[in-house]
Amino acid sequence: MKILVCITHVPDTTSRIAFTDGDTKFDTNGVQFIIGPYDDYALARAVELKEQSGGSITVLNVGGAESEPTIRKALAIGADDAIRVNAEPTDSLFVAAEIANVAKDGGYDLILMGRESIDFNGGMVHGMVGEILGIPSISPVMTLDIEGDTAKMSREIEGGKEYLEVKMPFVAGCQEPIAEWKIPNMRGIMSARTKPLNVVEPSSNQSGTKLEKYEMPPAKGAVKMIDADNVGELVSLLKNEAKVI
Amino acid sequence: MSSILVFVESAEGAVKKTSLEAVCYAKGMGGDVTVIAFGNEVSESELSDLGKYGASKVLHVNDEKYNKGVIQAYASVIADAMEKEGADVLVLANSSLGNPVSARVAVKVDASLVSNVTELPDTSAGFKVKRSIYTGKAFANVDLTKDKKILAIKKNAAEVKEVGGSATVEPFAASAPDGDFSTNITKTEKATGEILLPEAELVVSGGRGLKGPENWGMIEELAKTLGAATGCSKPVSDMDWRPHHEHVGQTGVKVSPQLYIAVGISGAIQHLAGVNSSKNIVVINKDPEAPFFKAADYGIVGDAFEVVPKLTEALKAAK
Repeated sequence: MKILVCITHVPDTTSRIAFTDGDTKFDTNGVQFIIGPYDDYALARAVELKEQSGGSITVLNVGGAESEPTIRKALAIGADDAIRVNAEPTDSLFVAAEIANVAKDGGYDLILMGRESIDFNGGMVHGMVGEILGIPSISPVMTLDIEGDTAKMSREIEGGKEYLEVKMPFVAGCQEPIAEWKIPNMRGIMSARTKPLNVVEPSSNQSGTKLEKYEMPPAKGAVKMIDADNVGELVSLLKNEAKVI
Repeated sequence: MSSILVFVESAEGAVKKTSLEAVCYAKGMGGDVTVIAFGNEVSESELSDLGKYGASKVLHVNDEKYNKGVIQAYASVIADAMEKEGADVLVLANSSLGNPVSARVAVKVDASLVSNVTELPDTSAGFKVKRSIYTGKAFANVDLTKDKKILAIKKNAAEVKEVGGSATVEPFAASAPDGDFSTNITKTEKATGEILLPEAELVVSGGRGLKGPENWGMIEELAKTLGAATGCSKPVSDMDWRPHHEHVGQTGVKVSPQLYIAVGISGAIQHLAGVNSSKNIVVINKDPEAPFFKAADYGIVGDAFEVVPKLTEALKAAK
């Protein structure tokens, strides 16, 4: 089974968000970048599937050279080789078009990625890739098992779960608890150094949106502290001031 | 704005609140609002009532085959409806169905697509919308550059309000090819009798401060008294004290309720990211240095085991 896992290179979940250049650029100062947490789940499941039934895992990132440590980490976790599309991702459509371009002749049985990136939270790339390639796309996928040429999955829906079956190939946007996150071991880290990381140039320049500027939410007012012995005051404030009960 | 199509989702015969928000958002944009709805479980009168929220016409794909949300088939039919209606804008809810459907429609009709939209567009120069990014820690203002636009509206970003009368309901002949049904939905499990966390107006969440799953009764009692959904922090779901679908935070469910009550949660940045769109936040924690107090509107420093039962009683008394 050939699996393509698409990963994002995103700020660590603990990052404080700030912008520079007149609020048009993300401030990377002091920020650590990681594999997108949802993509980490997709990669972990790919590694488990490979362990069960063999095959190969190619990891793909659309990003500049600064993504390479993140890609190497994915190789250390268990991907066999990597492709970096050498371009600054501008929007979902741009990324999806580049993924689809790599995938179209790759003969992948399975294209996995996170349900969304944790920077732009678009949640759109998997669907776009599926549509461009003319194959099914399912998201957010919580469990994924392969039996022959059929995948059995469950998908989160508001207030419940949906169980589905689909024949490969297809695209899945993944989330927990699809697999246990994998932490690279020393052997993986050493072998990742020599695994192939191929850099390709972008195939097109598709985009549907143009960023005008970033904005921070308005500063929060000071918290109103209430004595623990006077919860009635909280009830009154929620009723009369916040008007939420 | 010439013509806006709104995709509404329904469950158990009723149009979802998030879809009512989408209809109201579309009405707020001005122009003519047409709705497309799927399946034979939703009644014509329920659909006609969408007129109250600003829809003038409802296209009803009144076919059992469309009761289940098959992503590809929905996308094909919506793209077809956009073309037939001459709609240049599609509005829908940012949801587990809306997102994957809209992504496919965007490619089909060559549209600009923005999700997590929080405000009405500014069309004075271009077509600019504000969207939530970094899990609510920031916003991006983006210009949609293609002729057709698709907007997926963040939950609770648009107010549901009645503005009009009733809408005409017309059958819409679905045209999805058989291949679109290659995804076979074998079973649907619905949580019954619960308030759904992603759509809840009020949420009560518990963290490690609750000390164990056996102590969740008081959280549930408080939630029941308020008519709220229950949530939890990531460590709590990681330890299996509570099910994964209650995990609120950056990598879990993002909520934007009118009121979020956090009990025994210190307020790690990843948790805050999932709740920072809440209109009002109450924090109950025995540690006065808990970072969550900085993000709260109201705070109580105290032992959850004493404060929560008292708060529940006070709420009952105030009813």
